[in-house]
Amino acid sequence: MTQTPTPTPASVQGPSGASGLTEPSSNGVPRRSSLTQNTLPSWLWIAMLGGSLVLGAALSALFGFNLATWFIFTAVIYILSSYFLTRTKVNGRRATDGLWTNLVYLAFLIALMPLISVIWSVASVGIQGLMAPGFLSSDMQGITGLVDEASQTEGTPVLGGIFHALIGSLLITLAATVISVPIGLLTSIYLVEYAKGGPLSRAITFFVDVMTGIPSIVAGLFAGAAMAWFLSVFSGVTGLLTTQRSTLGITAAIALSVLMVPVVVRTTEEMLRVVPNELREASYALGVRKWRTILKVVLPTAISGIASGVTLAIARVIGETAPILVTAGFVVNTNWNLFQGWMTALPVYIFRQFQNPTSPNFSDPSEQRAWAAALVLILIVMGLNLFARLIAKFFAPKQTGR
Amino acid sequence: MSKRVDVVDLNVYYGDFLAVEGVNMNIDAQAVTAFIGPSGCGKTTLLRSLNRMHEVLPGARVKGQLLLDGEDIYESGVDPVTVRTQVGMVFQRPNPFPTMTIRENVLAGYKLNGARLSKSQSEEIVETSLRSANLWNEVKDRLDRPGSGLSGGQQQRLCIARTIAVKPDVILMDEPCSALDPISTLAIEDLIGELQQDYTVIIVTHNMQQAARVSQKTAFFNIAGTGKPGKLIEYDDTTSIFNTPQEKSTEDYVSGRFG
Repeated sequence: MTQTPTPTPASVQGPSGASGLTEPSSNGVPRRSSLTQNTLPSWLWIAMLGGSLVLGAALSALFGFNLATWFIFTAVIYILSSYFLTRTKVNGRRATDGLWTNLVYLAFLIALMPLISVIWSVASVGIQGLMAPGFLSSDMQGITGLVDEASQTEGTPVLGGIFHALIGSLLITLAATVISVPIGLLTSIYLVEYAKGGPLSRAITFFVDVMTGIPSIVAGLFAGAAMAWFLSVFSGVTGLLTTQRSTLGITAAIALSVLMVPVVVRTTEEMLRVVPNELREASYALGVRKWRTILKVVLPTAISGIASGVTLAIARVIGETAPILVTAGFVVNTNWNLFQGWMTALPVYIFRQFQNPTSPNFSDPSEQRAWAAALVLILIVMGLNLFARLIAKFFAPKQTGR
Repeated sequence: MSKRVDVVDLNVYYGDFLAVEGVNMNIDAQAVTAFIGPSGCGKTTLLRSLNRMHEVLPGARVKGQLLLDGEDIYESGVDPVTVRTQVGMVFQRPNPFPTMTIRENVLAGYKLNGARLSKSQSEEIVETSLRSANLWNEVKDRLDRPGSGLSGGQQQRLCIARTIAVKPDVILMDEPCSALDPISTLAIEDLIGELQQDYTVIIVTHNMQQAARVSQKTAFFNIAGTGKPGKLIEYDDTTSIFNTPQEKSTEDYVSGRFG
């Protein structure tokens, strides 16, 4: 090859490339690095999204504007236009990459919609009831159909609140946690640390999986029947508690713990399994016994995951309605005693206010209370999830301390 | 303080698989003994059976006698935990406890066993152990920081400090420098030379220069083929193993003509 090769941008800029990056060229505009060719300006996608939003709105207006069609048209226009623009200006590979990236984002947005929608609708409807005076601090005692009728027809303030349901939910869930955390934690310790893959551990794993799928109403019926059986045997043997009925807060707690135990076993098992074996061996090599190793090395290392798993299990059962309805019943006054009398939980309260309004003909106040209670329930569950994250963050082993 | 180790007709199994066969050797007290040999020949397995860490794995078992100053650690009725308090171990990868500070890591052998130490006692143990591990000057100002924040070499020396804090008679080291850079390796090798005055040190290494540098005696292990048990081929003074080996396979291995 004697012919002088055609200068390429790289060969022209190459020698002075290092200094040329920062020095402005003769016309005062910073020279573009040869490495940045074949790219679109970084602001372009924002501009295109804006354009797509406007175009989508215009197209949607043709059919009578609404949010759904606006969203659909915008998405289609943006995805297609950015695909074809990248394809013509850059290359096919980048265009395909961009297309799939956009589709993934779209799927994410669609998945997010029900969540946003639920939170928005509950918050917008429920906030009014939540702001009603005494909603969090009073129960439903003395709130008759006449009171609600007066609220709806004459505009008197909506009375009644969820204090009894909050206390009920709190006590029942707390009792369920106290029952299920030790059982679940010890089960997973057995599975991870002691079981050697024998029939017992396989049976436990299998039944825990089965328990995960138990319908909650079945758990409720089981707990009710178990408590009724226990009380009849107990009173038959000792002659005490002959008039005790099985509809109690503690029965609901047992029902919830049937639902909670498998979740706790599963999450804590995962967390214990990820504790490196090296730490156990390091502890054994120091002459530490197995149970002390588990207690002082394995559990502290896994505590953040265990705590957040337990919190998520609580969040999971605090919204259960059916098992509490059939085991703890429904009352209008505040009951602090898990072992005596009926109790109301928040989801049951919501269910009852919708299904059997306090005043059948004037149901607006009941619905307002139900929505507000639903908002409180969502806030509690969100709070628990946030709490779980905080626990995971604070208890996590310190990775670096340099 | 330090004890001699005698291995008599030792067979080590993983379930039905015989991993190490018929080992007989006498390991001197207050000396450094190196185990060398190709991967998979059972050096680490044998080392782990010296403080009954081998049986932690499911299905793992040992036949034969292992005498610690004349007492068989595999005799029925011997508590492995007692053995492990006398035979400490340093692992291949540094494994300080991530939930503990540097100070707590050094005291782990006491704290995890629930021993109550006065403040002055624990201060003394921390300082002497860290000094023996040549780590004191580097960490004395940050004893309450997490142990996982140290560099790899420092973490390994922290693990050695943790091991010598409980005053064992024998220290086992399973390739303690294989995850470390040359400078940290040098620090650990110097340390091994000092530890030898008080402890029986047994070290597994893939690095033959290291074996030549730190040990007085060297044992060469080899394996006839995949699935066959590892065997002790030759056990002698380190100088003899490297200069005048009796066995052909030893000579091939130490001169790099292995395989």
